[in-house]
Amino acid sequence: MAIEVRIPTILRPYTKDQKTVAAEGTTLALIISDLDANFAGMGERLLEDGALRRFINIYINDEDVRFLGGLEAPIKDGDSITILPAVAGG
Amino acid sequence: MTLEISRTLVDAILEQSRVEYPDECCGVILGAIGSDKALRHKPMINAAHSPTFYEFDPKDLLALYREVDDNDEEIVVIYHSHTETEAYPSRTDIAYAGEPGAHYVLVSTRKEIATTPEFRSFRIIDGLVTEEPVTILE
Repeated sequence: MAIEVRIPTILRPYTKDQKTVAAEGTTLALIISDLDANFAGMGERLLEDGALRRFINIYINDEDVRFLGGLEAPIKDGDSITILPAVAGG
Repeated sequence: MTLEISRTLVDAILEQSRVEYPDECCGVILGAIGSDKALRHKPMINAAHSPTFYEFDPKDLLALYREVDDNDEEIVVIYHSHTETEAYPSRTDIAYAGEPGAHYVLVSTRKEIATTPEFRSFRIIDGLVTEEPVTILE
């Protein structure tokens, strides 16, 4: 089952400028490892020490994955994933 | 690379920074995709409610991007205020800058040099800050 993943501008250099890509996996962790396998370096941009980066937001459909179990969040057929860098600073 | 922006929008951002002081204020200005024209002002809530940090609420952020996509718009300007320091990107501003195509506007509410309001624009790409001229359209 292929899940649609929307890629933000800042990560499109990894996806040859594709705005959406397909990834496989039944949890967010598996989706991210699949992304990293196909687009080398992407995993590093999303994870730090094995955890989701604080200033990268990932959503399953309309919900922030932090409220869905983080990396263990289950993914089912028909879900779509959106990655957005936080807009933040000091 | 110049930011062109109307006097009305500049004034609205400066006013928001004063109203939300002592917290930092933040928001975006949207324009048609590919136009680089800053037209539609959208103040955002600083979910950090802090004098030294700003962050769009993750839910607001998703709604913003959905709206921008639906309207064939893009984020032309991302702005925030510094409350007591220069209108220049801080280390955290540079570290978290995630929109290489946006003009990052900084304003400051610091009092000591309040003769002319500080309103400056920057590109922040791969950790590199480049200030750019601002043309205010009267």
